[in-house]
Amino acid sequence: MSTTLTAFRTSTSSGFDIERVRADFPILEQRVHDLPLVYLDNAATTQKPRAVIDAISNYYLSYNANIHRGVHQLSQSATDAYEAARKSVQTFLNAEDAKEIIFVRGATEAINLVAQSYGRQHVNSGDEIIVTAMEHHSNIVPWQMLCEEKGAHLRVAPINDAGELLLDEFEAMLNAKTKLVAVVHTSNVLGTVNPVRRIVEMAHTKGIPVLLDGAQAVPHGGVDVRALDCDFYAFSGHKIYGPTGIGILYGKRALLEAMPPYQGGGDMIRSVTFEKTIYNQLPYKFEAGTPDIAGVVGLGAAIEYVNGIGLSDIVAHEEDLLAYGTEALGAIPGLTLIGTAKEKVSVLSFVLEGIHPHDIGTILDRQGIAIRTGHHCAQPLMQRFGIPATARASLAVYNTAQEIDALVAGIHKVKEVFA
Amino acid sequence: MSELQDLYQEVILEHSKHPRNFRGMENANLQAEGYNPLCGDHYTIFLEVEDGIIRDISFQGAGCAISKASASMMSQILKNGTTAEAEELFEKFHQAVTGKESGKEPDAVGSLGKLEAFAGVAAFPTRIKCATLAWHTLHAALKGDQVVSTE
Ligand SMILES: Cc1ncc(COP(=O)(O)O)c(C=O)c1O
Repeated sequence: MSTTLTAFRTSTSSGFDIERVRADFPILEQRVHDLPLVYLDNAATTQKPRAVIDAISNYYLSYNANIHRGVHQLSQSATDAYEAARKSVQTFLNAEDAKEIIFVRGATEAINLVAQSYGRQHVNSGDEIIVTAMEHHSNIVPWQMLCEEKGAHLRVAPINDAGELLLDEFEAMLNAKTKLVAVVHTSNVLGTVNPVRRIVEMAHTKGIPVLLDGAQAVPHGGVDVRALDCDFYAFSGHKIYGPTGIGILYGKRALLEAMPPYQGGGDMIRSVTFEKTIYNQLPYKFEAGTPDIAGVVGLGAAIEYVNGIGLSDIVAHEEDLLAYGTEALGAIPGLTLIGTAKEKVSVLSFVLEGIHPHDIGTILDRQGIAIRTGHHCAQPLMQRFGIPATARASLAVYNTAQEIDALVAGIHKVKEVFA
Repeated sequence: MSELQDLYQEVILEHSKHPRNFRGMENANLQAEGYNPLCGDHYTIFLEVEDGIIRDISFQGAGCAISKASASMMSQILKNGTTAEAEELFEKFHQAVTGKESGKEPDAVGSLGKLEAFAGVAAFPTRIKCATLAWHTLHAALKGDQVVSTE
């Protein structure tokens, strides 16, 4: 295994230097239960680099003001920073227009926005919405609520035992009643990267729009919404080194233009009388009320941070780690990896024979190792695999092979306790 | 690591691997389902109660070592006792496992008998619900509720 280690891109010609990256994240110096923190819960949320923390505190320290409405200097600076972040996101996603980037609270709110605005407008009794068996609850429940309200049906495209979408069966489900396809780009439990380009093609052939839940895809692979040709794309800032409480809905401009507002309030209007309100133009039509300005500034800084390292270096590093971790965990007797798709990133979900994930999590925690245990907000997926829960280690740019080694040693310790 | 040893005591591990009264019950006159949505622990407790006496008690379901051992040891200790004793013991047990969290001295420890083994849970706030799930479920069954969730 040490040979795998030496093959690591600890420092590449392109300049990726893991020690420098780690130094960017102050929290990683921390000790937990008197041991070095090994943070492997990145699919839940990532840690924040100093650049992001500084951007947020700098906003509050030097130009805190409300946006889009003040004539004064601070308001102008805040507005500029807010809109610059929108530009960064636009470029990052390769969206055609900054107006297509809507700031929301996170992937969850982005999906709810589409369900409540686009969905209520287009989905009627007897219609169908298609999701997959590997969705996060946030890409299930908003559609269930919509279906319940409208008398529509939620249909679920099946997956195989490796955790891969059965594409033929998915395609066969598309029909004249299908009003929307909502699919996770990358599974938070399995790490599976879905063939989203093909999914979009198949749906578009039948004139059906597609929403992609990119909460786990954006940090570990990047996205080009124009190449994918998806109609909506949702992600959360906090999973890509940004703050919590801020996220993005991308939507094709023509679709967004035709959609009714999601919430009413300030900023989303052009003029209000008690007789009639004229809505503001995109993207403000969907950004009612004072937004999380610091969050937006922080997200902008996170994206610049990722750009600074280079997404391709991040992906390469995580790929190495995943391969190393897959081999190392796979060699532990009694351990079964859940999710073995060919196209997979950054997640190592597993179960141990005879030991409940919750006990695994507690024993690892006492060794300073943070993983997630439970159903990961994907109960239907747990049911698909016939398990109540998994233990999940998930990777980010700052993780190291030594941390995988610590995880492996930790799992051996778990087995010792239960021996 | 010694806190871990306090949590995963021999007797707890043993009960989790070989749970007692781990079966359904045909002639149960009280039963309830307990669920911890956070970790998916899920048990059904069955009771045959006659004149305030627990003639039989059993459980089925799945969950972590702590929750399973707790259900197993609870069933052992309550069998042939009265429902009033059961409620009283729940009270003491609850106090013991939440002792540190509430800042109170867990003075109940000592009158718990074998259940003292669970005192180590107090150092693991995230695991208290695991230890008490079976007891909450029992309490619900005795009250005539059919489903209980620890959230
Ligand atoms: C695949 C996926 N979708 C959606 C979400 C929801 O993200 P948030 O809670 O940030 O809205 C998550 C977060 O766990 C996720 O992993």
